[in-house]
Amino acid sequence: MNTPAPRWVDIGALDAIPVRGARVVRSTAGCVAVFRTAQSEIYAIDDACPHKAGPLSQGIVHDRSVTCPLHNWVISLETGTAQGADKGQVRTYALKIEAGRILLDVAGLDFAKVA
Amino acid sequence: MRAIADVVEKFNIPAVKCTGGQRIDMLGVKKQDLPAVWADLNKAGMVSGAAYAKGLRTVKTCVGTDWCRFGTQDSTGLGVKLEKFLWGSWTPAKLKLAVSGCPRNCAEATCKDIGVICVESGYDIHFAGAAGLDIKGTEVLGHVTTEDDAIEVIAALTQLYREQGRYLERVYKWAKRVGFGTVRKQIMDDVERRKGLYARFVQSQRFAQIDPWAERVGGKDAHEFAPIADLTVKEAAE
Repeated sequence: MNTPAPRWVDIGALDAIPVRGARVVRSTAGCVAVFRTAQSEIYAIDDACPHKAGPLSQGIVHDRSVTCPLHNWVISLETGTAQGADKGQVRTYALKIEAGRILLDVAGLDFAKVA
Repeated sequence: MRAIADVVEKFNIPAVKCTGGQRIDMLGVKKQDLPAVWADLNKAGMVSGAAYAKGLRTVKTCVGTDWCRFGTQDSTGLGVKLEKFLWGSWTPAKLKLAVSGCPRNCAEATCKDIGVICVESGYDIHFAGAAGLDIKGTEVLGHVTTEDDAIEVIAALTQLYREQGRYLERVYKWAKRVGFGTVRKQIMDDVERRKGLYARFVQSQRFAQIDPWAERVGGKDAHEFAPIADLTVKEAAE
């Protein structure tokens, strides 16, 4: 399967995301949660826990993981996989920062393929 | 009631129900609507019910002397006074209260963290009940003759629990660990100790009664309630 060429979209300033917090990007393909770790690294994953679709953007961020607010599943921000004994994975999306702005690769979002 | 109904209609809130603690639940509000919902409820004089808090929850009451032939004291009045005095206080785990106007106990005070049973001669104060994962009837803390004494004893008990209880340890677990008799002695027998606990509780309440709704209506944590970007608009443009 071909990997689609990246399509970068400016979603806002890095400063708009609180440290150890997250913000949501809304799209027709569902919501994407964009996280900022204590070291100000940024990650984007689907905003729905693989367990029962809990809003991961409202979870507690620790190291490079987030704990789902519903049932305490721990999801890796790097790979999207559930940690520990839990099994499941959410999609991850590429991000980059240019001049303090966050660019999200929307090529992976379904709408982008159609457009 | 009218203000709540107006908010429910205005924001198209899907479910409304009564809670076990005699509050009204408004369920299924969209997160982005919350600050506006809170603003309207604040305007009607309401503050957050703290139903999520490790702190004071509700003070459940029966109707008391005003409307019941069995009532011995104004249980609703005492409940209102307790809630106005204790609201906003933080505790190791949630703290649920009830005041029943007579021993028939319509407010189910004898399974609460702190319960009051009104009697002809005054107020029997109970503590360390549970009706959740564990079920346990309360223990008797003591008897007082006036409403002011009841409030002092309850605040002192709350303060003792706050000073000794461990995080997530409900009153019944704390009291079992330190001993029911020890608690009774410190609150009911040692008047100096009780006055000191009460004074410390009153002092801390000067800084505790902050409404989280009003804070967020004022703009606190605004980022929580709106997406950073809405690509659906951009998509529509494409």
